[in-house]
Amino acid sequence: MAILPERRNLRPNQRSGGPLLQNPFVRWVDHRLPVFSTFDRFVTHYPAPRNLSYWWNFGSLATFMVLAMLGSGIFLAMNYQPDPDTAFASLQRMARDVDYGWLIRSIHMIGASMFFIVVYLHVGRSLYYGSYKRPRELLWMLGLVLFVLMMTIAFTGDVLPWDQRSYSAATVITNLFSVIPFAGNHITNWIRGGYAVGAPTLNRVFILHIVLPFVLVGFVWLHLQALHRHGSNNPTGIEPAPEAEVFFHPYYTIKDLFGLGCFLIVYAAIVFFVPGLFETPDDGIPADPLSTPTNIVPDWYFLPFYAMLRALPNTGLGAAALFGSVLVLFFLPWLDTSPVRSGRYRPLFRWFFMGLVFDIALLGWAGAQPPDGVYIWISRAATFWYFVHFLVVLPVLGKLERPYPEPGR
Amino acid sequence: MSPESSVAIAPKTRRDVLTLSAYSLSAVGAATALWPFIDSMNPAADTRAEAFTEVDLAPIVEGQRVTVSWSGRPVFIAHRTPEEIAKAKAGDNEALRDPQKDTQRVKRPEWLVVIGICTHLGCVPGGQRPAEARGDWGGWYCPCHGSQYDTSARIRRGPAPRNLVVPNYRFLKQNAVRIG
Repeated sequence: MAILPERRNLRPNQRSGGPLLQNPFVRWVDHRLPVFSTFDRFVTHYPAPRNLSYWWNFGSLATFMVLAMLGSGIFLAMNYQPDPDTAFASLQRMARDVDYGWLIRSIHMIGASMFFIVVYLHVGRSLYYGSYKRPRELLWMLGLVLFVLMMTIAFTGDVLPWDQRSYSAATVITNLFSVIPFAGNHITNWIRGGYAVGAPTLNRVFILHIVLPFVLVGFVWLHLQALHRHGSNNPTGIEPAPEAEVFFHPYYTIKDLFGLGCFLIVYAAIVFFVPGLFETPDDGIPADPLSTPTNIVPDWYFLPFYAMLRALPNTGLGAAALFGSVLVLFFLPWLDTSPVRSGRYRPLFRWFFMGLVFDIALLGWAGAQPPDGVYIWISRAATFWYFVHFLVVLPVLGKLERPYPEPGR
Repeated sequence: MSPESSVAIAPKTRRDVLTLSAYSLSAVGAATALWPFIDSMNPAADTRAEAFTEVDLAPIVEGQRVTVSWSGRPVFIAHRTPEEIAKAKAGDNEALRDPQKDTQRVKRPEWLVVIGICTHLGCVPGGQRPAEARGDWGGWYCPCHGSQYDTSARIRRGPAPRNLVVPNYRFLKQNAVRIG
């Protein structure tokens, strides 16, 4: 096990550095442009707790997915036409006529779902192990900004195929802004560039779908900067002693690569054997502005939010619940009053955490059901509990709960 | 003025006034320069110019509902049956979320003309075709979030806040209507 005394006080060149940084040419470059020492500090000799479990794999997997989506997206964009008359056909052509177009399209469309799976697990990990707590509040909030950006990018991407589900999604989401008092309708028309979702909407959504991922990359960089300031949290939630840390390379490069391999087996299996897994019949019907298909269902990763939106009997309240459900997470570091980070040592919190996971799953299920009768009431109860969990349970639990004794460093 | 007091008290000199005015004017200038870019995203002149649609009513038989496109939006034209008109009139006296008499919503009782966009989040309600669900009031039923409209296209149940909007329209001399 590599020992790291006084890890953060050492300048990179005072650490072991490795043979690479001893090379005269590398030293010449690094003196002028510190790429090698930065890489060394950020990756090779970046100190990490030695007890990270596979739950700490999902950050690097998310980074991988950003690159996979950018890579496949560039080639998809080369064959896509952002025009209502040709958009649908251009993606059908991509799937049928362009050499390997089916593969690139599947990598991208299924990649969106895989990306959300990875990110939901990444966020769930942080929720359970208290990774949002002091001093990592900004790391957490930057992560939420990434999540909001990601949902925006996913939504703009959903619109591009210009099928019935695309059109409904674009209509419903742009209409959310019409609940803004007084100027709501003007804002909606401004976002659409027309009185209904149409050609100008499709064009601007396409541009945003290309530009926003690069904004996302910028925030990933900030997220990593904030992460490397205090290093990763770990399953015990206790800052490790310097001798309990290992270098990122080779310990976590290998562990992350093994995780990536497992992840890619699942991803590739879906791409090659069940490429339609995340699609619905409405994805195969070109957009028709004059009719909405019955029981329209958004992509699975939006279902819990969709359930909240339609749970409430009033458009304004529904939109408030939708935005509030993400907004409340920004205050989580202060809403959770417990001084203990990890859920491992919080006997009651663990039950409430399981309850929250069940609650969100229930919302997701209800979001896919017809908006009637009992499903509405299930959505309402689950929406109510979501907010109770964050606004009541977490603040009170921190005061009442008697945690297990924490281990030493 | 001693060096200490220049820190403690906000000085008001000619230079401060000039600096403040310069900053303010730059802010106003920057905001003004931003406006053309923001406004360019609004509906363009050609979109605004697609102002009206004319529809021949002769082929629409009693009980039939027809959807036409008016500046990109669906407009429902319903040739109402006497029962539907009676149901709409009966609804005048019931508790309504967005109270309006049926007579305020039609120019001729047999013809109902409304914009077919749910006032909740903008889906197109079903009920135009006989096979589609029309909800408990026999009007329209929005598949997205379950809003139900009556035969006067007034909201009766579900999350939508307002009745379906009646656009500007007038009957032409022939059996036709001009929307817009």
